[in-house]
Amino acid sequence: MRIPHLSAPLRATGAATAAVLALGLLAACGGGDDDAGGGGKTITYWASNQGADLSVDRKVLAPEIAKFEQQTGIKVKWEVVPWTDLLKRILGAATSGQGPDVLNIGNTWSASLQATGALQEWDDATFAKIGGRERFLPSALGSTGAQGKPPAAVPLYSLAYGLYYNKKRFADAGIKKPPATWSELVEVSRKLTTGGKYGLAVEGANNAENAHHAFVFTKQHGGDFFDAAGKPTLDSPQAVAGVKQYVDFLASQKIAAPGNAEYVQNETIRDVATGKAAMMVWQAAGRALQERGMKPDEYGVAPVPVQSGAPGSGANVNSIVAGINIAVFKNTRNLDGALKFVQFMTGDAEQKALNTAYGSMPPVKAVSEDPSFGTPEQAVLRKTLAESAAPMPQVPNESQFEELVGTAMKKLFADAAAGRQVTEETVRQRLTEAQQQMPK
Amino acid sequence: MTTTTTPSGVRRDGPGSAPPPRRRRFRLPDRIRRGGLPYLFLLPALLLELLVHIGPMLVGILMSFKELTQFYIRDWGRAPWVGLDNFRLTVDVNAPVGAALLRSFAVTCAFTVLAVGLSWLLGAAAAILTQDSFRGRGWLRALFLTPYALPAYASVIVWAFMFQHDNGLVNHVVHDQLGLTGQRPFWLIGDNSFVALVTVSVWRTWPFAFLILTAGLQNIPRDLYEASAIDGAGVWRQIRAITLPSLAPINQVLVLVLFLWTFNDFNVPYVLFGKSAPEAGDLIAVHIYQSSFVTWNFGTGSAMSVLLLLFLLLVTAVYLPVTAKWRGRDA
Repeated sequence: MRIPHLSAPLRATGAATAAVLALGLLAACGGGDDDAGGGGKTITYWASNQGADLSVDRKVLAPEIAKFEQQTGIKVKWEVVPWTDLLKRILGAATSGQGPDVLNIGNTWSASLQATGALQEWDDATFAKIGGRERFLPSALGSTGAQGKPPAAVPLYSLAYGLYYNKKRFADAGIKKPPATWSELVEVSRKLTTGGKYGLAVEGANNAENAHHAFVFTKQHGGDFFDAAGKPTLDSPQAVAGVKQYVDFLASQKIAAPGNAEYVQNETIRDVATGKAAMMVWQAAGRALQERGMKPDEYGVAPVPVQSGAPGSGANVNSIVAGINIAVFKNTRNLDGALKFVQFMTGDAEQKALNTAYGSMPPVKAVSEDPSFGTPEQAVLRKTLAESAAPMPQVPNESQFEELVGTAMKKLFADAAAGRQVTEETVRQRLTEAQQQMPK
Repeated sequence: MTTTTTPSGVRRDGPGSAPPPRRRRFRLPDRIRRGGLPYLFLLPALLLELLVHIGPMLVGILMSFKELTQFYIRDWGRAPWVGLDNFRLTVDVNAPVGAALLRSFAVTCAFTVLAVGLSWLLGAAAAILTQDSFRGRGWLRALFLTPYALPAYASVIVWAFMFQHDNGLVNHVVHDQLGLTGQRPFWLIGDNSFVALVTVSVWRTWPFAFLILTAGLQNIPRDLYEASAIDGAGVWRQIRAITLPSLAPINQVLVLVLFLWTFNDFNVPYVLFGKSAPEAGDLIAVHIYQSSFVTWNFGTGSAMSVLLLLFLLLVTAVYLPVTAKWRGRDA
């Protein structure tokens, strides 16, 4: 059948319909008038994946949330969102205005998400409703948003990096104590790198891990990825030196296996658990190592090495302030219920239960001093958080920085694994490329 | 008496119209009833089409003229108009963003040509070989179709495991058993990632070519082959003179569809390489996704998408008339 052209009135109707629809879509995207939270007696919660897999989280959270529902009569619709999806989901929620009432965010994203304006601001009055700002450790509060602005989120779980080592591998190689400086680490790794086994494992294709290490190594070389005005300086000489030192573990020192360049699914933890690698620098990995078959006395934890001396501030920083924050979505229609939920999750009892289950550190002062958080691992992580951890840059472009620098390092690792030289020049080139892609 | 008045005031009698209604009620004007009724029936479909396809496309095009960064995603209306700035940024091949896009475009073109070519070749060969019936033909056809029937994520993640450097099956065979390489090669990072990508893509798409060509072969009359055999034509001659020309209309559509799917493929590279694909495997769909989400600048990402759309439209617009002309000449 041959279709004749649309008659003029129909064509006009079509155009008008298209225009109305397009406007409707835009309006819907403008957000504001949705039913994100449902009625006054329901809230929605997106939890992040803290356990070995999502089912662990479901098992940990279900009884706790049931307690909240029983205490307050507010029903919680909740789900655990995997890390690969969480930021995308949050961006989608911010764009459409259709989101949860309460959600977990990686604390390094705080400033970036703060800039979208999608999260409730935590001024003193809001903080007062959950017991006040003073309940939280200052180091944890340092990663909740840009300086000088009301925080965009509240600390929920705190984490720090430690040096995890396989005790059997150390004993076999006759190594008495874990290295305290990077040159010591390289030295013992040489002894440990024999017969297809390696001294160190690195998660070379994981952007976030790469960026965290880049940040700490750059700090140790006296640099920073953002200047005082918040402008990115990704290719400063200090950053080049820092990134090169880290990539060189695989490139020139060859104390990490070339295959590490494609590690992105926590293969690093597996390698340490099986002894294929003797050491790794990781956030609160005790639980994960146990889930891969290690007994608590088979692995050791020490502070992450520094260039010289002991961990501290300035150039002796040896970890980022890692952790998870809990935030309230600004479009919530049940602010009261959302705040009650945050109060519950950051309350003493829940902090103790949840951080124990996840192997993380409580950011709430009263609970962090609880003797039950005194395992050797937690002692190291607590000391690191208190004395030698620095928050990732709290600037709106932080997440872009993580992706770009992380990707640059992934490429450098790939070059090294393929046998290409990694020089100061190639490192600078990659970082300059990243710098040029940062938003103006 | 069934007279209705059209908006122009002309009286007309409806031919073969129903008996006169007792009461006055709403009637469609005759002009629409006669000429426009089919369109009225099409209207729901048209509205849905607008809603599902055209609407988002228009919004995407609008976005490409805005500076839609994280500061504005909550309220798109506030995002400032930037005119052609996003486009200027994406086509400036002297700056890193444009250079990366150009490289990604080149990689995608090479990848598409190879993957479509190989898929078609494999599909055609298999379809012709299973044209004559033999024992187990049904089983074989079903087996050939498995990759197409498997969910993309499940099958590609298995390939990702097989391509792993240390524990992957591919290196185990290539390096450990056959000893073809001096060192274990990397497949998921570096230059070999292109080979890995083409392999997985061909593995996933050739069954579709096979399926369509098998269907096409059923329509070629057996008499043609018998007649040509009597005239002394061999297998090759039959394929060249009968099979391929008879398949021409099917090939025209098949190659176009394969081209569009392969060029836009997102699943395979994303599952295989994750968020940041190696340069040799950086297909344009993933590249655009990454450019939007890495810098949270959805305006730039949209500008790239619009350019991609224009390119694909252009290819299609040239391809269809040109191939139709060839077919016309052959016929």
